[in-house]
Amino acid sequence: MSTTDDDWRAVARLLRRTGFGATGPEIDAAIVVGPAAYLLSALTADQQSDPGVVATPAPALELLGPVGKQATAAERKAHNAALQDGLAELTRWWLRRMVAVRQPLTEKMTFCWHNHFATSRTKVRQAALLLQQNETLRTHSRGNFRTLAQAMLIDPAMLIWLDGNDNVAGAPNENLSREFIELFTLGHGDGYTEQDVREGARALTGWRLTTDGGATLNSKKHDSTAKTILGVTGNLDQTGFGDAVLAQPAAGPYVARRTYGQLISDNPPSEDVLAALTRAFQPSWDIGALLTAMLGSADFVAAQGTSVINPVEWLVGALRALQVPLTDDKRVRTLLATLDTLGQVPFDPPSVGGWPSGAAWLSTAAADTRIRAAVALTKIADLDSISAAAPSERVDAAGHLLGVAAWSARSRAVLNDAAGDPRQLVAIALNTSEYLTN
Amino acid sequence: MDHLTRRRFLIASGATGAAALAIGFGTVSWGTLMGTAERDPLVGGTRILVIVTLYGGNDGINTVIPYGDPAYHDARPEFTYTADQVHPLDGELGLNPAMPGLAGLWAGNQLAIVRGVGYPKPDHSHFRSMDIWQTASPQAPINTGWIGRWLDLNGDNPTNAVNIGSVLPPLAVGATGAAAALSVGASSAFPADLATAITGLGKPDPADTPEQITVAQSYCAERTVEATFRPVLDAGTEGAAAGSKSTLAQQLTLVARCVKAGVPTTVYTVSLGGFDTHADEKATQETQLGILDTALSAFLKDMASDPNGRSVVVLAYSEFGRRVQVNASHGTDHGTAGPVFIAGVPVRGGFYGDQPSLTDLDDGDLKSTVDFRSIYSEMLSGVLKADPVTVLGGSYPGIGVLT
Repeated sequence: MSTTDDDWRAVARLLRRTGFGATGPEIDAAIVVGPAAYLLSALTADQQSDPGVVATPAPALELLGPVGKQATAAERKAHNAALQDGLAELTRWWLRRMVAVRQPLTEKMTFCWHNHFATSRTKVRQAALLLQQNETLRTHSRGNFRTLAQAMLIDPAMLIWLDGNDNVAGAPNENLSREFIELFTLGHGDGYTEQDVREGARALTGWRLTTDGGATLNSKKHDSTAKTILGVTGNLDQTGFGDAVLAQPAAGPYVARRTYGQLISDNPPSEDVLAALTRAFQPSWDIGALLTAMLGSADFVAAQGTSVINPVEWLVGALRALQVPLTDDKRVRTLLATLDTLGQVPFDPPSVGGWPSGAAWLSTAAADTRIRAAVALTKIADLDSISAAAPSERVDAAGHLLGVAAWSARSRAVLNDAAGDPRQLVAIALNTSEYLTN
Repeated sequence: MDHLTRRRFLIASGATGAAALAIGFGTVSWGTLMGTAERDPLVGGTRILVIVTLYGGNDGINTVIPYGDPAYHDARPEFTYTADQVHPLDGELGLNPAMPGLAGLWAGNQLAIVRGVGYPKPDHSHFRSMDIWQTASPQAPINTGWIGRWLDLNGDNPTNAVNIGSVLPPLAVGATGAAAALSVGASSAFPADLATAITGLGKPDPADTPEQITVAQSYCAERTVEATFRPVLDAGTEGAAAGSKSTLAQQLTLVARCVKAGVPTTVYTVSLGGFDTHADEKATQETQLGILDTALSAFLKDMASDPNGRSVVVLAYSEFGRRVQVNASHGTDHGTAGPVFIAGVPVRGGFYGDQPSLTDLDDGDLKSTVDFRSIYSEMLSGVLKADPVTVLGGSYPGIGVLT
């Protein structure tokens, strides 16, 4: 069996889009088993036995009790510091996990669902609750979207983030109802009215956080009178609300389109492709079926180079390829500061709409920050595979290391000039159009 | 020609980033590149627009407070401000207690408050409504911002408009170009070999996808920014952490430094989030308005004493106001019209637009009295000396706020 450049390019794209970057050896190994078998194994792999997961256990985070109205200024300060410490530890952990995991699809999908159900540490503040939500996203990341969406409606971090815990009968708070419909399931203005949002808010009334980090329904605060949501009338609760919304024909295409945007291309799918994806996805809501349909389509290969990678994909991909050790907390803090400058820190999306995409990542300031970061990373990287090659082979060796099938004439010319210095060579390679798009 | 084709055409023809390419790396030394601020300074008296975007939907009713209206106190029990708490603007309206600085500007006749600003068929989605404000297209979603379209008219020089922060807002992206971006915090120039590499990465390649063209363009623009802003960047911003979470004060400090240095930029965009107050609104909103007030009044004071700064006009807006009625969680849900602030030496202080009624409502929401495009129209013609009709796709009467 011979491997063509096209095969290598296609498998490289499969690994890069379902993970964080991909190296030549990983791509070579996936070609041996074949892309379909690779994807199946990624979708069914037992995450708990992944050596990278074993090496990065989730931190033990305590739910911090309320500081109390009588607290002194010093007590409040200590409380805030403890909250910040927890959030920082949680964020460092996830970055390390994304870098360490061997089979990255679960972490990649967890990150995609975090972007989809975007929840920010700035308002939630309790690291333990964000970790709990993160584990829920991870558990369902390759599973059932309906189960995941229903879980998010009563997820404690989400209830804080979108004021579900403040939503009571009599004067409902619309925040969670509106964003669930508009951003999580149907898309803006597609087949619902303001009245549906307001009725939905009534269905979601009465949920309260418990002191042990759970959520419970307080029936006295729940509006148990009849509501009409998207044509369904009855004493609907959060499950009835979620089901009424997901029963809408717009739900499958919306979720498929948003996921396509994260995994396949910055350009929307054609109507034919979207219809095929929707057929695979709705009504089973099987995320694995959706991903298989997306990643197996001819569209996937054709969309090569049309997805601008986001800062997390870029940095985690670089750390994985360069095998930069992350044992030192100070180093991880510096890396997270780089992500902050680039505008994408995990657990800190700018809004419930998640992060922007595409050209938004390609500002002049981002170019500047990324190049400086790449130079710093290559100073602490393992670049033996490049240094060992003859200077005339190094440009191709860098492509192999970073999973880039072929350099453009433009990039090759620039890289050739740096071939004498492996560190400079790789720093530039990490900033080529071929690496920044996928 | 569709826009991607046009972009491809422009970069292929060398029109995109022409300034960067014309500077000619390899033949011109770094010393020669020291800032178009020095070689090609802003012509004295050129007006400069600073756009402050307040993300989340600021509650206009508790910002410009109708403290004299009984309907206000009826709609928001335990959630109102009284006459002795507000900074009175006249006998009926007062500024939030957290805004003493803007109250001072009002007294000095350098703050205009446009009341009841919105657009037809208000949308309650943060994302769609912010999109409408940033693209100036309430009718249908489009993928260019109003400043981006203004940039497109001006020959694709990315330094005409500068966003403070790494992530470009839709406002600043046009069909053929985008605003430059600066991060707060000091940075040094790249060594010559790396600078040459960046120039190389900015060249077009026939195999590029449209997305890859955008990458290349960003490197062209990066070189132009480097050449234009280097003297400003060397200094950095005092106390600034180089992050997306830079404070509004840090962002405006960087703008002030650019303005004073005379860089040829006439639009700056900065932002402040945290206005989505569905619950426990009063304290949160006071904190955010306090941040806005402190940063903005310090900036405007600084600008008023600088020859270039005296031409600065600040425009501050949010994607919508909030519901008149308070909800049970001491907050307010997404609403419609809200006040817009315009400030600076060239501004004629005072009220513009009619105050929306608190009793004649549209399904619980304020009825807008001023179309936001009227404000943009005046900013385009009065500050940027551009044809508003071309940028806005229609004619909107100005409001007469500029001297």
